[in-house]
Amino acid sequence: MPAAPLEVRNLSKSFGDRRALDGVSLDLAPGEILGLLGPNGAGKTTLVRSVAGRVQPDGGTLRILGFEPADDRARAVRGWVPQEIALYPLLSPRENLWSFGRYQGLSGQGLLDGIRSSLDWIGLADRADEKTDKLSGGMKRRLNIAAGTIHDPRVLLLDEPTVGVDPQSRERIYAMIGELKGRGVSLLYTTHYMEEAERLCDRIAIIDHGKIIAAGTKDELVTRTLGNREALTIDAGAPIPAALREKLVERGAAVDATKVQLSVENPAEQIREILGLFHSAGVPVRDLTLKSATLEQVFLQLTGRELRE
Amino acid sequence: MSMILAVAKNRLMNLRRDRAAFVLAFVLPVAFFSIFAGIFGGSGKAASTRKVAVIVVDEDGSDGSRRFVAGLQAEAGLSVGLKPGDEKDPAGPLYSAASAEAAVKKGEVPIALIIPKGFGANPIAFGPAADRPKLSILADSADPIAPQVLAGLVQRVAMTSMPSALARSGLAEVDKWSGGLTPEQNARMETALGALEKETAPSAQTPAKAGGDGGLVAVAVRDVVGEKKKNPTVAFYAAGFGVMFLLFSAAGAGGALIEEAESGTLDRILSTRVSMTRLLLGKLLYLTGIGVAQLTVMFTWGALFFGVELASHIPGFLIMTIATAIACSAFGLLLASICRSRMQLVALSNLSILMMSALGGSMFPRFLMPEKMQKFGLITLNAWAIDGFQKIFWREEPLWSIWPQVLVLAGLGVLFFVVARRVARRWETS
Repeated sequence: MPAAPLEVRNLSKSFGDRRALDGVSLDLAPGEILGLLGPNGAGKTTLVRSVAGRVQPDGGTLRILGFEPADDRARAVRGWVPQEIALYPLLSPRENLWSFGRYQGLSGQGLLDGIRSSLDWIGLADRADEKTDKLSGGMKRRLNIAAGTIHDPRVLLLDEPTVGVDPQSRERIYAMIGELKGRGVSLLYTTHYMEEAERLCDRIAIIDHGKIIAAGTKDELVTRTLGNREALTIDAGAPIPAALREKLVERGAAVDATKVQLSVENPAEQIREILGLFHSAGVPVRDLTLKSATLEQVFLQLTGRELRE
Repeated sequence: MSMILAVAKNRLMNLRRDRAAFVLAFVLPVAFFSIFAGIFGGSGKAASTRKVAVIVVDEDGSDGSRRFVAGLQAEAGLSVGLKPGDEKDPAGPLYSAASAEAAVKKGEVPIALIIPKGFGANPIAFGPAADRPKLSILADSADPIAPQVLAGLVQRVAMTSMPSALARSGLAEVDKWSGGLTPEQNARMETALGALEKETAPSAQTPAKAGGDGGLVAVAVRDVVGEKKKNPTVAFYAAGFGVMFLLFSAAGAGGALIEEAESGTLDRILSTRVSMTRLLLGKLLYLTGIGVAQLTVMFTWGALFFGVELASHIPGFLIMTIATAIACSAFGLLLASICRSRMQLVALSNLSILMMSALGGSMFPRFLMPEKMQKFGLITLNAWAIDGFQKIFWREEPLWSIWPQVLVLAGLGVLFFVVARRVARRWETS
């Protein structure tokens, strides 16, 4: 059985008295995008830096395709795109790619091919020889990704790759990530953007206080955390009579002058019943909305904090 | 007014936080003042000029010449050496004219004085083209001051330490030109000169008081080093300033390490297949290459426009240049690995490099410094580098003679690199 792209078991790390990682375990499957969500100081960065070989854990094990992070074989199959624009600003995109390609052991025609295909991939072939610090923020972000992928890694760590990027450039980066996934690259993706996690990630792991407190697909997380309930809101547009109000409250609804809010587990059946009550009371319904539970609600429920706190 | 004071106070608060600026503003000037005060003024004692180290060879061995040597030894401005080994060893061999010349050529002393046979009996003569024996001063033309100091002191010491001999020479002249003294006059003169000799015996010598010199004692100065050089000090300045700027540029370029750490690039590099040792070795290679190029440009410029004889000293130049560039580059890496920010690096490199350059002779030749300062300067790599270049370009010593300088510079390079590597562990993993 081939080794998993990433296998983390009971990883722990302390900085002084602060426990940054407290028994973290997670797996990354081949070709999977695993989103890592957590509030500031939760341990995301320490975990990513441990996988990148930049933090020495105090305990536990960490394997990249079966190799320890510091092993040259792990370095060869791992790519890291740090949150900072970690490039040489005075060098051109071509020179930056040459440098990081060489640092990853590429040489000769393989290196030249890697540079050319990377420049095409990030759409900077026509600006390959300008100074990097003259490029736009979005272009630098794309080059930052290319510098971490020029050696065609099997496991890629993407640390908030869309921070400070305009919506158009963000879409382009999403497309690049999709292409990486299409190539079979396994990605560990940290982000502060909930919609990004929902859109891109196959699974999501929520980390808080150095522990993975939940992991799974979005639907699994919602079901496990909030059950199958959805939020139903009915706007009558006119005062709700006392008799109807009484019946709605009996069903657990919150009723104000004209609006009704209710958490429903079986929407189709319950909506039919409630609309029947309105109809019987002769009260018209002006608006009705049904909302699924969001990842944001899951996160709030699990951590007690907003993602950006 | 209150706004002006607020602005001033704000700057003061910034200065208190900015240690680099604080060091540059207060520590560097005081350190520099102390170094140059030490070179020129002594430390707290009355200011005194440096002692000129001189080897004295007494080929005459007469009573008069011994008095003359004793007079030189009593001179405050001279540090007289008579023996190559321990001066206090009574059985120790004395310098010969040949060994004294070799010592000057090697740069052990800047000057030697040869007292020829017959000097004691006939130290002075009047009139031109006299057949009196001449004192020989063997000089290193890199030090233009030493022969002048010695030539002046020789006149003074002759006057004070051997007055009877001078008087006898004078009488001989009078006797020659006046038709001769009477026996009675001669007897009276002998009595007086005998008393004078007792008074000026070596045991009664005291340092001569300042006084004029009349040039009665004939002195011939011969440059034994650099006599054929077109421009005696230019090779020194090429080496001195070359080393200083090499250090500055190595420290500046080493600062790229700090920028890489601050930008996150260092983290990224260290996650690739480049280890910290490989990274530092790569930077050392780059800095050394740049250093070799810098010194080559400087010496080539010196050869083209200032008469530095580069073409005839290529092997020695290359060996010294590579050894110097390695040591300076490793020093730059050490500074960069110690410092936490660019500002810290600027302060520390300015402080350390300027002090090393002042002590090590990049700004002011070490051979013109007091002896203690000359020796103290050897704690700097500047001194070893300049000494090596001087051996090649100035003293034209054989290639093998620079091995101590090459060994020390290479050793310092290795030491600095090993320490830098160790300090750089803080960047490796947390």
